[in-house]
Amino acid sequence: MSALSPVIRDSSTMLRRNLLHARRYPSLTLNLLLTPIMMLLLFVYVFGDTMSAGIGGSGPDRSEYIAYIVPGLLLMTIGSTVIGTAVSVSTDMTEGIIARFRTMAIHRGSVLIGHVVGSVLQSVMSVVLVGAVAVAIGFRSTDASAWEWLAAFGLLVLFALALTWIAVGMGLVSPNAEAASNNAMPLILLPLISSAFVPVDALPGWLRPIAEYQPFTPAIETLRGLLLGSEIGHNGWLAAAWCLGLAVLGYSWSTSTFNRDQK
Amino acid sequence: MTHLAIAANALRKSYGDKVVLDGIDLAVPEGTVFSLLGPNGAGKTTAVKILSTLITADGGRALVAGHDIAADPQAVRAAIGVTGQFSAVDGLITGEENMLLMADLHHLSRREGRRVAAELLERFDLVEAAKKPASTYSGGMKRRLDIAMTLVGNPRIIFLDEPTTGLDPRSRHNMWQIIRALVSDGVTVFLTTQYLEEADELADRIAVLNDGKIAAEGTAAELKRLIPGGHVQLRFDDPAAYERAAGALHETVRDDQALTLQIPSGGTQGELRSILDWLDAADVHADGLTVHTPDLDDVFFALTGPADVPDQPKETVR
Repeated sequence: MSALSPVIRDSSTMLRRNLLHARRYPSLTLNLLLTPIMMLLLFVYVFGDTMSAGIGGSGPDRSEYIAYIVPGLLLMTIGSTVIGTAVSVSTDMTEGIIARFRTMAIHRGSVLIGHVVGSVLQSVMSVVLVGAVAVAIGFRSTDASAWEWLAAFGLLVLFALALTWIAVGMGLVSPNAEAASNNAMPLILLPLISSAFVPVDALPGWLRPIAEYQPFTPAIETLRGLLLGSEIGHNGWLAAAWCLGLAVLGYSWSTSTFNRDQK
Repeated sequence: MTHLAIAANALRKSYGDKVVLDGIDLAVPEGTVFSLLGPNGAGKTTAVKILSTLITADGGRALVAGHDIAADPQAVRAAIGVTGQFSAVDGLITGEENMLLMADLHHLSRREGRRVAAELLERFDLVEAAKKPASTYSGGMKRRLDIAMTLVGNPRIIFLDEPTTGLDPRSRHNMWQIIRALVSDGVTVFLTTQYLEEADELADRIAVLNDGKIAAEGTAAELKRLIPGGHVQLRFDDPAAYERAAGALHETVRDDQALTLQIPSGGTQGELRSILDWLDAADVHADGLTVHTPDLDDVFFALTGPADVPDQPKETVR
């Protein structure tokens, strides 16, 4: 046990604490999980025929449209989950116990790392659940190799890590849970203005740059390529760069905010 | 000089234009209780936050457990325990889980952690509540859990920031017992309070903090010596009797509004008897007589305040 460095040891203690919170009070996580599932059902069963006819050009084909939107919805699930992260970080910071942690000889960042790892695990679980719903209503990824599955999984984890660090920063600068929830709102709105539901070309002209130059679109295109064999092109690199950039930015923002003197 | 658990020199802190600590010096010998006494907003909590490494000072130096708070905060943290003004427990998990969390963060083995947690829960009378979420605890229970958590790491120096604020009288007395027990184990306690009675009960030395400065420092007895002695106060309902008494007695301080007279007195039996004899001889009847011995309230008001001193009747003879 003592061979473990304090970072890992303290962070895993904090992770256990966060998982205990999540297990004991699952309503927040479950509520946030509802959004992508509702979206999936809504877009497939309500708008599905019209949407697929509109973008495919070859008449209504609901099963093809399921395949089209699932990658976006999986990433949206992550966006939705990390709103919960922002809220729980912000709530946590108002608790006196954080001040206690700061006066203990533990690794400083362990509080945040515990939140991040817990939240990434939650994101992965949520993605698996939404994925299961997608499969249940007819989503199939037939021609993806084991490698591509692995890469898809890696991308989802990396994307979750990046968004989580950003959400942690948002939680830290928010004075209360409501503000945190509002501040993190773009993380679930951005996928609506991406290639998640319709191709970027089908968006109104003035929206296209927003859709093009934001992290969700390249990540969605990459995931789509990995699972469904469409063209990935430069999107793979773009997605990886976005993830790394956001993760580094979120990490340094969060840690410097957390380490700042508290009033 | 004996070993100092806490030594601070010219500590300074301001938030914007507001100077919260204006150069305070502190010296707390090991194994003693030191009380920082002051009204709300005097800077007590800021002092605790600085000494417990929660925030950094703008100026000055401090050694806690022999380590510089600025240069080696981790070493300070390893030696101290802090129970802040607002409960530092995790409300979402149970009391027992809170204790085990502390044990894990102090890197105790699983067995040792369970043992320490069980022992402290027992000691602080929390066994029954151990499996309930801490958010359901009463104020007194939360405070006890808070201190129990602080003790998991066996700190040599404990900071208690207003540990009894908001507690009912019974819980407050419980807390006092807990603090006395800590001291008998050789722990140094740095206590802030706005209750003079509490400082008087617990502290070896008291510093009165007012407006970011130490207004006075010493034992409770030394502080009480700083202000003039006690007095006997006579109260009259009848203005005529008041005037007669004022004429008959020497060295009185008159309050014509309240119809009271203050006679300097140590409050001994002999002194009281002679006052009563004077009154009998002058044939006046006081409607109330109170003996007022100087207490920390007097010191406190004399040092911190606008001079208006509300009278605190100590003992009433009617």
